[in-house]
Amino acid sequence: MIARLAPYLQAAPLALILGAFLLLPLAAIVAVSFWDYDSVQIYPDFITLNYVEALGSWVTWKTYLNTLKFVAIVWAITTVVGFLVAYFLAFHVRSATMQMVLFLICTVPFLTSNIIRMISWVPFLGRNGLLNTTLVELGIVPAPLEFLLFSEFAVVLAMVHLYVLFMVTPIFNSLMRIDRALIEAARDAGANGWQTLTNVVIPLAKPGIAIGSIFVVTLVLGDFVTVRFMSGGQSASVGLMIANQISLLQYPAAAANAVALLALVLLMVAAMLRIVDIRKEL
Amino acid sequence: MASEGRGLEFYALAAFFALFVLFLYGPLSTILILSFQGPGGGLTFPMNGVSTRWFENLFEQQAVGDFGGSFARSLALGVMTTLTTVAVSLCAGLAFRRRFLGSTALFYLTVASLVVPSILVSLGIGLAFQVAGVQPAWWTSAFGAHLTWTLPFGVLIMFAVFNRFSPAYEEAARDLGASNWQTFVHVVLPIIAPSLVGVGLFGFTLSYDEFARTLMTAGSFNTLPLEIYGMTTNVTTPVLYALGAVTTLVSFTAIAAALVAMSAIARRRKTLKPV
Repeated sequence: MIARLAPYLQAAPLALILGAFLLLPLAAIVAVSFWDYDSVQIYPDFITLNYVEALGSWVTWKTYLNTLKFVAIVWAITTVVGFLVAYFLAFHVRSATMQMVLFLICTVPFLTSNIIRMISWVPFLGRNGLLNTTLVELGIVPAPLEFLLFSEFAVVLAMVHLYVLFMVTPIFNSLMRIDRALIEAARDAGANGWQTLTNVVIPLAKPGIAIGSIFVVTLVLGDFVTVRFMSGGQSASVGLMIANQISLLQYPAAAANAVALLALVLLMVAAMLRIVDIRKEL
Repeated sequence: MASEGRGLEFYALAAFFALFVLFLYGPLSTILILSFQGPGGGLTFPMNGVSTRWFENLFEQQAVGDFGGSFARSLALGVMTTLTTVAVSLCAGLAFRRRFLGSTALFYLTVASLVVPSILVSLGIGLAFQVAGVQPAWWTSAFGAHLTWTLPFGVLIMFAVFNRFSPAYEEAARDLGASNWQTFVHVVLPIIAPSLVGVGLFGFTLSYDEFARTLMTAGSFNTLPLEIYGMTTNVTTPVLYALGAVTTLVSFTAIAAALVAMSAIARRRKTLKPV
């Protein structure tokens, strides 16, 4: 009897916490998205005006498009960089200790503050920053480049900087599981390095790429801090739009946008989960 | 591939990896250097002398808002989140070893907790508290918000650990007459101890640096990341970098402590003699 109850008791704390702080709040968002509001308060109601306003606005669609642009660019860069880094660690570093040390070096920045990591680009990219000073001194550009900081370029750079680790780790995990005999077999069968890479290694790395993509895509889709800080208010994202509505206390409007964003995120994750069974990959 | 001499591919990838590490650490090191900027220096190079002026500035209460208070709150919240994450993840990991009704749903709920954008968790918890008429506070709503971020990492790590855990050890212990509890405390727990330290490290660092989920849930008192974010809009002196240096040092200390604990456990295991 107790043995049969045990897993339920063990799973209960997790279920309770996620129920109270994830499911219930999401239900609250859905409920409030139908509420009415004025400049002071929000009122229980059942109106669809918030959705009509959000989805009927040209600005909203432009913002979504801009967000998806960030997703596509950051995803492409982190996938290529993440694969190359993971490939180097998995196939070219020979000692297991060295592998661990180098992997740890990649992981440490991920465990420090995102905001500090964003701020740290300022003295590097700014008008009088390290990069501009060097470029001007070397005579490569006549005057400091203005687009380096507080621009969409800076947003993408910071996002890659913040999120690339989420790609490196799962791809590294996938690559480490590849049976080295398969690669020898490919070479014995006459495949050159490139053919081995595209026909053996990359297909076997797909689960890792899929898990990394889930992380990167959802992080960029919901991001508002990086866009706000690195673009200096010159670019928009769905997360930032929601954050701005929150700061104006327009909660029902923010909630309607949040429901739309949530639907988009869950759709994209469901699509990616078709490629990979997370439970098998852990 | 790596069975004979180092080819061109190795050197190209090694150079790429070196650039990658520079990309990761370069910006961070510039603010560490600039935090020692001289008293008259600004937010960018060149260094205008060297001083610890900005670190002193950090501890003068009125200069930079409530650094001490927000730091203490973030540390306390980090410790609360760490302990809860380790305990709840361990229990859930044990539960997932067996089939139980709703296990798949709970697993995907955990994954959902990871992929739902932070701003939505923040907004949702803020709204739920408002609707319920409860004041949000860092030790209630923000604590819950942090758990929705740290628990998925903890649970997925425990999931991976128990996937690789051989039941033979437990069977052996039971054959020798150990009770369920004895098996857990003397066999299972020591084997997974390093992973639990890892879960704790994730719990602390993710909570200590969490910003987006705290935004609407912290109530009237800021945590450190909120304080830092506020400073970026109105502080124009290197005191910002000094704060960055201090808080990065705290993160590094947590990482180092976890690594030392893990290697201490490993060393102790090697020296254990069979009784």
